[in-house]
Amino acid sequence: MIRVQGADFEPGAEIDRLLDGNTVVGGVASFIGVVRDDPENGPALRAMTLEHYPGMTERMLEAIEQEANQRWDLCASLIVHRYGRMAPGDRIVLVVTAARHRQAALESCQFLIDWLKTKAPFWKREETEDGEHWVQAQARDDVAAAKWKVEPSVS
Amino acid sequence: MEVLYFAWVRDRVGTAREHVNPPNTVTTVGELAQWLATQSREHAEAFRDCDVLRAAVNQEHVSFAHPVATGDEIAFFPPMTGG
Repeated sequence: MIRVQGADFEPGAEIDRLLDGNTVVGGVASFIGVVRDDPENGPALRAMTLEHYPGMTERMLEAIEQEANQRWDLCASLIVHRYGRMAPGDRIVLVVTAARHRQAALESCQFLIDWLKTKAPFWKREETEDGEHWVQAQARDDVAAAKWKVEPSVS
Repeated sequence: MEVLYFAWVRDRVGTAREHVNPPNTVTTVGELAQWLATQSREHAEAFRDCDVLRAAVNQEHVSFAHPVATGDEIAFFPPMTGG
């Protein structure tokens, strides 16, 4: 299941809803991305705005989730990604994977967050004490995504 | 064709979306980018360095060699920074 929304989410409630009544699950992995202020490496962050490509965002998240379900034996999975203006400390993204065994849950969770960072059409704009700017893509994100090999399409 | 721009590409072009009718010689994403660059000073600035741009046709990631046709939705944007 995937969701793209402006509103915040409550991770515990999301996990409970995802697992509701599913008793074959043996392990649940989750990742929560949070807006980070990094004052040691630049001016203080006041807010961040996430822009996205409505339509394509949902398609890409569904494709990435489908890929994870092909690679791992999962009982359930969930991606919730927010857009709009957020403050440091706010939650941005939630990835939850549930499987019969921990390895599938943990690996697929990392795969999903690595892939959505480089394939889901989101762009971050930061508001700092010194003004506003678009966040540059990090080469290390491409490296993290590439370690899962097999590109689904040219990007 | 509908052309969409996101993030700083939109800032530079000055619009989020436009309908364009390029000549028949424009058959790929790369050729469309080159043609768009001739349309205004703002477009020229946005498409000055295509190496830093990414593209999608009908909401699928594609390379600049991918074909384009009448009725396509083509998007240009910088590398993504979600998550």
